[in-house]
Amino acid sequence: MPDGFSPQFVRLGGLKRYFDVSAPWLVRALERKPRQIVQAVDGIDIEIAKGETFSLVGESGCGKSTVARLVVGLYPPTAGSIEFDGNDMARRRSRTDMAALRRRMQMIFQDPFASLNPRWRVFDIIAEPIRAFDLSKDKADLEKKVGDLLRQVRLTPADGRKYPHEFSGGQRQRISIARALASQPEFLVCDEPTSALDVSVQAQILNLMMDLQRRFNLTYLFISHNLAVVYHISTRVGVMYLGRLVEVAPTDMLFRRPKHPYTRMLLDTIPDLDMTGRQRMPVAGEVPSPIDPPSGCTFHPRCPAANERCRIERPNMIPIEGGSVACHAIEEGRLPIEDRVYAARSLD
Amino acid sequence: MSDIASDSGWLRRAADSDIWWSFKSSPMTIVAAVATLLIIAMAFLAPLIAPHTPFDPATLSLSDGLKPPVLLSPDGDWSFPLGTDDQGRDILSAIMYGTRLSLIVGMASVVVAMVLGIALGLLSGYLGGTVDALIMRVADVQLTFPAILVALLIDGVVRGLISVQRHDEIAVYVIVGAIGLSFWVQYARTVRGSVMVEKNKEYVQAARVIGLSPLLIMVRHVLPNVMGPVLVIATINLGLAVITEATLSFLGVGLPSTEPSLGTLIRLGNEVLQSGDWWITVFPGATLAALVLAVNLLGDWLRDALNPKLR
Amino acid sequence: MNTSNNPPLLEVRGLRIEFPTRRGTLLAVDDVSFEIAPGEVLGVVGESGAGKSLTGNAIIGLLEPPGRIAGGQILLAGRRIDNLPYEQMRKVRGAQIGAIFQDPLTSLNPLYSIGRQLVETIQTHLPLSNSDARARALELLREVGIPGAESRLDHFPHQFSGGMRQRVVIALALCAGPRLIVADEPTTALDVSIQAQIIAVLKRLCRDHGTAVMLVTHDMGVIAETADRVAVMYAGRLAEIGPVRDVIKHAKHPYTRGLMGSIPSLGVRTDRLTQIDGAMPRLTEIPAGCAFNPRCTEVGTRCVVERPDLMSAGTSRAACWLHDKGGVGAKLATEAVDA
Repeated sequence: MPDGFSPQFVRLGGLKRYFDVSAPWLVRALERKPRQIVQAVDGIDIEIAKGETFSLVGESGCGKSTVARLVVGLYPPTAGSIEFDGNDMARRRSRTDMAALRRRMQMIFQDPFASLNPRWRVFDIIAEPIRAFDLSKDKADLEKKVGDLLRQVRLTPADGRKYPHEFSGGQRQRISIARALASQPEFLVCDEPTSALDVSVQAQILNLMMDLQRRFNLTYLFISHNLAVVYHISTRVGVMYLGRLVEVAPTDMLFRRPKHPYTRMLLDTIPDLDMTGRQRMPVAGEVPSPIDPPSGCTFHPRCPAANERCRIERPNMIPIEGGSVACHAIEEGRLPIEDRVYAARSLD
Repeated sequence: MSDIASDSGWLRRAADSDIWWSFKSSPMTIVAAVATLLIIAMAFLAPLIAPHTPFDPATLSLSDGLKPPVLLSPDGDWSFPLGTDDQGRDILSAIMYGTRLSLIVGMASVVVAMVLGIALGLLSGYLGGTVDALIMRVADVQLTFPAILVALLIDGVVRGLISVQRHDEIAVYVIVGAIGLSFWVQYARTVRGSVMVEKNKEYVQAARVIGLSPLLIMVRHVLPNVMGPVLVIATINLGLAVITEATLSFLGVGLPSTEPSLGTLIRLGNEVLQSGDWWITVFPGATLAALVLAVNLLGDWLRDALNPKLR
Repeated sequence: MNTSNNPPLLEVRGLRIEFPTRRGTLLAVDDVSFEIAPGEVLGVVGESGAGKSLTGNAIIGLLEPPGRIAGGQILLAGRRIDNLPYEQMRKVRGAQIGAIFQDPLTSLNPLYSIGRQLVETIQTHLPLSNSDARARALELLREVGIPGAESRLDHFPHQFSGGMRQRVVIALALCAGPRLIVADEPTTALDVSIQAQIIAVLKRLCRDHGTAVMLVTHDMGVIAETADRVAVMYAGRLAEIGPVRDVIKHAKHPYTRGLMGSIPSLGVRTDRLTQIDGAMPRLTEIPAGCAFNPRCTEVGTRCVVERPDLMSAGTSRAACWLHDKGGVGAKLATEAVDA
């Protein structure tokens, strides 16, 4: 971890979020159905340092989007704590204090078409946080601020008069980014911001986000299912499976020496664009339903290294080589850790 | 295909829009729109253009009573082109004033229903839970009664509470309230459905992340996006409201004869219909039918024009 | 370029697809030509709006009105299929051309068991009895790797997971023994780990049955693993076509090169991904000359006025004047144009 950063800018402790998806009680009483709870997030511990990009990866249903929404306060947690710059977000505060904290964190969403109100002009969309947090003195100042924000995301102030449907997907994401930056936040939660975009547009948006991070010293929590993207922009990576963290490590370490069997399988699913002839090893089985997860280590039905203990006992995160992993096989030394090498792609 | 961005004013954009184009390309809609506009113009300009003031007793004379329409009988009189009723009131003028009243009642009750329905639909859809359950159960119960019965009920209750004379004075408000209260359910349900869809969209979540209050989000963000279907319902409801008012007046529980609407006129004419003086009923009836037909056609077109799937 | 000596199974010649709108007619696919040899997998890759799905739909005969084929020909085994009346095209579809679409949820009828859907499709195109058709359906399900196929024949689509449903869709596409499958984004809606499974199934089955595949997708990774040749589409035109290894590693068209550079790779960790400035032009604003010229870092004066045809560039063909003896003309000063 580089010096000069205050540790634990954002800290999630034992974070849990359960959703009750039971049938209405009348149906349950008549048909004797049990209560059904989805353990979307089942005990997450994450620490993010100021200025770093922490990526959360996993497949659909692993709970990473739920974590994002928990962090910005869209859902209240079922259990556990969220700390932002030393402030416990669950503590009751006055409206002004809460607003002051909210101002410092914002969110960027996945769907460029649904994340902007189709009936509002772009100017008003970007100005909304400024108005809500009372950050500008008068109309002229507001216009200047919005114009600056638009320029920062490589659009023009004239674009403020248009409506969202007049822009392409990539441009809309830029507008979303401008809106997120309007309150001058320090922490941005990005929920798959480029997953809905074409590859060339994705490159533009990722470059933009990295530029902005450098310029404004932003901290990112980046949610994604695309490991290649994560490789390029993250400082540290956390891998989630069925609501739990299975491995956390600095980026280089995670990709070079993956430890958890699920991490290894995920890395194997990255397509081989370098045409080395490496065959993707298809992962066996499918992700089980989060309503009825397997016992013990939830990955054990699909894990080639699972033993009896894995079936019964849930593994804890243990520190290893600068990161941590939740795996009995690693802990017991049964699973060797190997280096991986990826071919550098040459283009002529 | 998305439209090309245009920086120019909203008028140019409206002229350029898909809606205007679909309007222009449907002759029936244009006819319906023109007819509606003509009827509305006639109704609201009545004080200026009506040849007589049929409901000012001072101008009436019984000797003018029961004159037939001028073109259909030698007894007719050009100053009463569509004939007169038994009191000597000019049918043409009566239709103009009557349409005016019908339209006022119709539009006002639609507005009442809309405001009430949208408000309850918004609350129901956005807040969910107990509020939603409560409002929807009230709506369900009300839907089991035909709108006419609900209006009759409300009107009857009011009549029972106040004197006949006072009632005649505020009859318009009572009727507007009665019809409005019987129509709100449709709006509430439609709005609730749209709200439940929009509520989960990410622009609403973005507003929540900023920390705006639910009320602000409902009104500023969600409401503009659920208005589309509401406008369609409102247009079609206008016809229905006018008919409902006419029905109530025909039954004698609507607007009084001192301030007759088209429905009242039809009732008055009905009483002398058997003796062969048909014009007193038929002309107001035809006007009512034309108005409602035109408004309904407009509503149909609006529904199709606003439906993104058909474009 | 046809790598085999057999006559091509599918030939597309000068295909043009247009959309009449009230603003005039938009040309969504502009003079696209390519061939698919029997048993070959051709990837058709491009970003949204490039026209690849439309091309696929036109070949299956499912182009949605008001879109229509405005020119060119589509030949299957030497026979024209683009101008067939509806009934005849219906027979071709299924029996000779199978289709796999993106969303397994909507590709299957939720009201019928998958066994029934399979049997129905089989019997529409092959003269088999009920029990024979059912046996064939069972065999196909086993081939695509559905565990416990016997009992699952009578299950309904909602009882399968996304990946399993897509396997059923593959089985459905193959059940009448078509010679060509058009797959439109078959793995896009699936999880990354399931994608690998489905691609493996598709590859294996097509190899075993000798079926050619036209794989339409925006995902280069899928192409890299599955296709023999790849065609890159841009703004309704073909930018490049050639053997997959050559196009990916040694792209000849500047767009393809930019595209490959934009894809983050695991070999090198850079501070900035290569980006192509600007965006694909809208159909109403396609520039004169080469459609890519406003964004091209190697643009020349010729590119702005003359539209390049596909021309030979090593083992591939690229629509770019860089590969023509006449060159691109004097080079213009390039300006970065952002989206």
